[in-house]
Amino acid sequence: MIDSIDKKIIRVLQKGIPMTAEPFGVMAKECGISTTEFLNRLNDLKECGVLRRMGAVLQHRHAGYKANALCVWQVPEDQLDEAGKTISAENAVSHCYTRTTTPEWPYNFYTMIHAHTRQQCEEIAERIERENHFSGRRLFYSVKEWKKASMKYFAE
Amino acid sequence: MLTQYDKRVLNAIQGALPIAERPFAVLAKQLETTEEELLTDLKRLSDDGYIRRFGAFFDSNALGFHGSLVAVKVKEDSMQEVADAINRYNGVTHNYEREGEYNLWFTLQVQSEDERDNVLKKISELPGVLDLMNLPSEKTYKVRVRFNMD
Repeated sequence: MIDSIDKKIIRVLQKGIPMTAEPFGVMAKECGISTTEFLNRLNDLKECGVLRRMGAVLQHRHAGYKANALCVWQVPEDQLDEAGKTISAENAVSHCYTRTTTPEWPYNFYTMIHAHTRQQCEEIAERIERENHFSGRRLFYSVKEWKKASMKYFAE
Repeated sequence: MLTQYDKRVLNAIQGALPIAERPFAVLAKQLETTEEELLTDLKRLSDDGYIRRFGAFFDSNALGFHGSLVAVKVKEDSMQEVADAINRYNGVTHNYEREGEYNLWFTLQVQSEDERDNVLKKISELPGVLDLMNLPSEKTYKVRVRFNMD
């Protein structure tokens, strides 16, 4: 399991990776450990699945992706895994989950679809539906972003 | 305007930043440029608003957190107050107003059921909140925001 130094590393990483030649060296110093130990621990965190990846986050509206829709379906239990695998390979789909249903809300399959226009979102959802033999899609377009942040794990 | 080269850079940096002493030197090599030039380009692309930040992405389940999507029915004229109150929770990472009967959707990360119940109870009691639906995630097939610049 992760120890207090790992938590320190996670907290420092969450502040953002500096765009300098030796970013991990800078962060290691902040954690009070050597760069080598910092890199070793990153490799361990990667290995055990805690750290998924590191990289840039783009400002997607700025990058031209102005339309985003939450698209949900009702999918039979035994088709979920295959659909999840196929649909995750779609570039336009950033998130794909199954979720608990309620009597009033029977949808169990959730995707986030990003495109340049609503028309494109609609086309992508329609194609996904056709290719996976789904039906009854429901799209909820975003009209305003009130918050978009990274999770701050182990905030102090 | 973005050049072809800028687009290549933006595509490359969304992938894995290598775990190395000089990670940008490794990326620069792939892009057939120098570390120094790449860092200059990255600075420009973030000043111009294309890059939000460089960060690390964690598996919340592996860290002992549980995620939910919460759909809220909010009275139109209370939207700002309700959204602001929801945003104050550290575990709320995304909060979007959407078209539809449920017009506010946010994600919530918590470490326990108790914590979740507590937060959702408080939110459901906010003035202007008409209904709230908690949709915990079961299986995660994909969490990856990547945009092809082409």
